[in-house]
Amino acid sequence: MIRPRKWLPMPLLSVLLLIVWLLLMNGVAFGHWLLGSFLAIVIPLITKPFWEAQPRIKKPWLMLRYFCRVLLDIVVANLEASKVILDPRGRARPAFIEYPLELQENFAITMLASTITLTPGTVSAHLRMDGKTLLIHALDVGDIDDMKRHIHERYERTLKEIFEC
Amino acid sequence: MLDFALKISVALFAVAVVLNLYRVAVGPSLPDRILALDTMYVNSIALIVLFGIWLGHRTYFEAALLIAMLGFVSTVAVCKYLLRGDIIE
Amino acid sequence: MIALYTLMEGVIAFFLIAGSIFALIGSLGLARMKDFYMRLHGPSKISTLGVGCVLLASIAYFSLLASGPSLQELLITIFLFITAPVSAHLLSKSALHQKLAYDSRTRGNPEELQDDDDERTLEEASQGSSKLP
Repeated sequence: MIRPRKWLPMPLLSVLLLIVWLLLMNGVAFGHWLLGSFLAIVIPLITKPFWEAQPRIKKPWLMLRYFCRVLLDIVVANLEASKVILDPRGRARPAFIEYPLELQENFAITMLASTITLTPGTVSAHLRMDGKTLLIHALDVGDIDDMKRHIHERYERTLKEIFEC
Repeated sequence: MLDFALKISVALFAVAVVLNLYRVAVGPSLPDRILALDTMYVNSIALIVLFGIWLGHRTYFEAALLIAMLGFVSTVAVCKYLLRGDIIE
Repeated sequence: MIALYTLMEGVIAFFLIAGSIFALIGSLGLARMKDFYMRLHGPSKISTLGVGCVLLASIAYFSLLASGPSLQELLITIFLFITAPVSAHLLSKSALHQKLAYDSRTRGNPEELQDDDDERTLEEASQGSSKLP
């Protein structure tokens, strides 16, 4: 990993900006690289005061595996949710679930909430002020405790490992 | 084959937009209407991309990107307004 | 070469149809579900995937047309997948703030939605207060 320097406060953001610029220009000509690198260095320097502390990703490979798993889960969850919506008798079993959080870092909680919204028939609705309870609305759930365990084992544990908090 | 698929696709998206319009008109509460508008802009991105495929030209890519960004920002701004009665505190 | 072209055309057509069906189901969920919290599920998940499919088809089509990778649309896809949960979260937050009614079959009774009147039973009230810091 690249260490943060004085002229390069957030290496990850810089790399991301460069990639976005190249995608936007849709080409890898020398000029695009030059302008992209310039922007990738200047933008983090200007916006530095607005950023919170950067999360440290300890295990990038685990992160990649997590993304693949979420991508697969998105497709499965969508098929399930479509089934519920298309059901003519409307036999959904909605529920509000109060999920106790173990994660503490803001960025990790954000990622968990986004994952929950995108995947298994649930939408994260509210994070209580103390930052320890996530209110989730589920569209069709049989056993609430089962759902909690599923979220914990499939997502939260991996995120905890990635960020080690 | 592609031409046929494109036509069906555009028709289905048009129906989706009509359903969203129904929710905008009927929606009993404000969040309902915002949600419907949010879905509508997502669907309109798809319609623009489909139009680009139809023309075989990528002039409209920027328009789709701009709609995505402006739609997200406006949804967030209106939600913030509903939550706090103010957008920039 | 022609076989590859036909195959790619089939893949693109599949993505287009699948994406538009998903988007239609998402909007159908928005139109026919009973309460706001259930309506939120369709657009936030299914419509996003539908548009993602269409964008994938667009990437494949323009890559085929220009005979080289053309990943511009990937930007919109990633942007949508990052922002859809955020706007869904904010929408449900504002719905909770306005205390929108929910379907009677919904289990669980979050304290955000409870009225401030003393309709609550004593037990619930004591539980509620124990959660305060």
